Amino acid sequence: MIKPLLEFNDKGIYCAQADVYLDPWKPVKNALITHGHSDHARWGHERYITHSSNVAVLKHRLGIQNVVGKEWCETFAINNVKFSFHPAGHIIGSAQIRVEHKGEVWVFTGDYKTEDDGVCVPYEVVKCHTIITECTFGLPVFKWLPQAQVMNDINQWWSENQAEGKTSVLFGYSLGKAQRLLKYLDPSIGTIYTHAAIENMTEVLRNQVLFPETTLITRDTKKEHLAGNIVLAPPSAHGSTWIKKMTPYVTGSASGWMAFRGARRRRAVDKGFVISDHCDWQGLLESIEATGAERVIATHGYSDLFSRFLREKGYDARTANTQFEGENAEMNPQVELDAENEAAIVQNLSATS
Amino acid sequence: MKLFAELIRILDSTNKTNAKVDALAQYFRHAPPQDKVWAIALLSHRRPSRPVNTTLLRLWANELANIPLWLFEESYHIVGDLAETIGLMIPTTTQNSHKSLTTFLTEISALKQKSDDEKKHYLQENWLVLNYYERFVFTKLITGGFRIGVSQKLMTRALAKAENLDEDVLAYKLMGNWNPATISFKELILDEKSSDFSSKPYPFYLAYALETTVHELGNPADWSAEHKWDGIRSQTIIREGTIFVWSRGEELVTEQYPEFQQLIGIIPDGTVLDAEILPFQNNEIGSFNDLQTRLGRKTVTAALLKKVPVVLKVYDILEWNYSDIREKTYQDRRTILEQLFEEIKGKNLPIRLSERISFSTWEALGEERNRSRQMRSEGLMLKKNNSPYLVGRKKGDWWKWKINPLSIDAVLTYAMRGHGRRSNLFTDYTFALWQNNPDGSRELVTFAKAFSGLTDAEFRKVDDFIKKNTLERFGPVRSVVPELVFEIGFEGVALSKRHKSGIATRFPRILRWRMDKKIEEANSIDDLKSMII
Repeated sequence: MIKPLLEFNDKGIYCAQADVYLDPWKPVKNALITHGHSDHARWGHERYITHSSNVAVLKHRLGIQNVVGKEWCETFAINNVKFSFHPAGHIIGSAQIRVEHKGEVWVFTGDYKTEDDGVCVPYEVVKCHTIITECTFGLPVFKWLPQAQVMNDINQWWSENQAEGKTSVLFGYSLGKAQRLLKYLDPSIGTIYTHAAIENMTEVLRNQVLFPETTLITRDTKKEHLAGNIVLAPPSAHGSTWIKKMTPYVTGSASGWMAFRGARRRRAVDKGFVISDHCDWQGLLESIEATGAERVIATHGYSDLFSRFLREKGYDARTANTQFEGENAEMNPQVELDAENEAAIVQNLSATS
Repeated sequence: MKLFAELIRILDSTNKTNAKVDALAQYFRHAPPQDKVWAIALLSHRRPSRPVNTTLLRLWANELANIPLWLFEESYHIVGDLAETIGLMIPTTTQNSHKSLTTFLTEISALKQKSDDEKKHYLQENWLVLNYYERFVFTKLITGGFRIGVSQKLMTRALAKAENLDEDVLAYKLMGNWNPATISFKELILDEKSSDFSSKPYPFYLAYALETTVHELGNPADWSAEHKWDGIRSQTIIREGTIFVWSRGEELVTEQYPEFQQLIGIIPDGTVLDAEILPFQNNEIGSFNDLQTRLGRKTVTAALLKKVPVVLKVYDILEWNYSDIREKTYQDRRTILEQLFEEIKGKNLPIRLSERISFSTWEALGEERNRSRQMRSEGLMLKKNNSPYLVGRKKGDWWKWKINPLSIDAVLTYAMRGHGRRSNLFTDYTFALWQNNPDGSRELVTFAKAFSGLTDAEFRKVDDFIKKNTLERFGPVRSVVPELVFEIGFEGVALSKRHKSGIATRFPRILRWRMDKKIEEANSIDDLKSMII
């Protein structure tokens, strides 16, 4: 039996022919990285290869220097296997990885979404024989509204809170979601304040995208300054003394999980905005169909159900276990890494590996 | 309907009591009167009976969702709420519905008599013209409870605020047997005299569990004590030659206890008693398990009446000679009550007095509390001698002084996803104990389910363990690698034919996660049996 081009082992998605790993979760020699989220980009590899727009992100988050950047669609060969990065539309710097050997093409999507968010390079369909796809929101109950509509709701919510003299605290993952929200917050309403984790991450990305001005919350920031304004904070800040000092405030959370009433209540936020950097049900089905793939390997998310559905539609579909978490990090704030604290990152990584 | 859906959305999205009261009061100020009656009915569990079963609901909703039925079912298990699943799964169209809440509920009430085809047409037509949240609320009107953390008390407080009425008077008006389809807002809330006064119960006074040591209650001479009976709390009303029995959930359950009919004519008209319904045979209190066989039945057979006879164990009197005596002190009310029992003494009636325990020191009372299990009680009730009968759960005058629960170390073997705020998390657990086989081997046998007692952080950890250690899936249920040990607390144990282990526990809940224990150290079924009195 011929070895498959990509296989799953205890370190990650492995290409034996090239001795290369895609988004490995244990330290390896050669790591191709789709994007900067902590479940995909981990610490301790010898060599990192990623898209050029993700280099700064990896350097910032992992504190590493051994990163090589490639351009979109730039093909590079390792032991006769051709690799290239293609836009995934998930967050700034996110890519799908195309792998080709002797005419056989595989695509690993990493995390992706089909809607053009105007912040990162939009998702592109990459034709392939086999697709390894995430399916974080691979259930028909997930149906995203257009971004403009959700952002309009968020700005309106901010204005209403302002009218009551309250501070709006909006939670979003510090890499990706926070910048997407920031891009469309309406600065004419008031000042946009940030938590340090978000401020530092955004600063790294400002030379790639034009963002509204932000003000970092420091020890000198007075409660009165915040009244009527908005604060962007990572989910892990929810319930912290840092937030409690902002009273009176109203909390909102921006995540795909906010589609569930149970999740909204579990997070105990005042308002949930359903907005995700992953595909919804239709987005997954349409993009898989567009790639022309016959074989589908579903990873993190509702992979069992999703692949069963695909099999019934005639695909050769199966699941694979990975240590990717999708948007779960947003629901379990203790998983989220604090960009301020490198030690915590290392500790967290050694705990999960 | 739009106004009501918005109300539910606000109630559902905040956990701040004041915000809920404000939203409700706002609704009561703006909604049309008949919609208000329906809103009050819905928020006090007076919905029309379900016109369509959930199997058909799923089937018809799935037709519009246009996916395989198994995927609909799986999605439902993950979402954890049928109405929410239907709300999410059916596509939203550009159409709009401006029907009032009253119109919807009148239609839903009438639906029961219709054919399946008509029901299906009605539901599908409405699902498609409502937006996501309205569709969810509309489906909830059919399937049941909103689980939005609005108690009747909270709703009453908001209504009192909006209508400028006394909260206790309003609570009284809202109790009893009224029908939202036939009563107007004016009749229900605004009119001074109500037409069906005779069945109306008083709001129950509920006690909190004692938080401090009993010594901090002060002088024992100021207090009375009774055993805390483990049955069904009830209010029994005898007025104008008729008896009404109300449960604590404000359900009229008179028909379930035909033996109480013989009290008419002996207990004088114009009497209201606060009492516990207890299984009682050969002068002994039975187990709650026995009583359970008599609950929720439309008709009670003669055989069952003979097998599980019940009595009223009376501890308080709220009305005497048609006058409301709740303002009198506990001491005075008890004097009236004990006098009444003096008069009916010797007549073989299904009614007993809950005796007051005489004690002079807290230590002596503590001794009596230790006898609770032998007395078939859950502990003691402490009542201040000079206290009036209050409305709802109030601190200070009445306290529950319960005995510590029994406990046993058990192994987690099955798990199911929770509902409401725990949907998508595995929080409903089944626990097992060791059973010794004749051949010397032993196996784990399930004995109880529990889903409360852990912190959110612990639930997340256990959820994570379950997802990584699933053995098999049976629909929403997963069997789990037996590895985690929990201390399970419960109020009592009794033999049971319905349970695999042969034993039923009362109020099982998780006391703590025994991370220090291996499954070999968990207890056995025999250990549990030894706790039966």
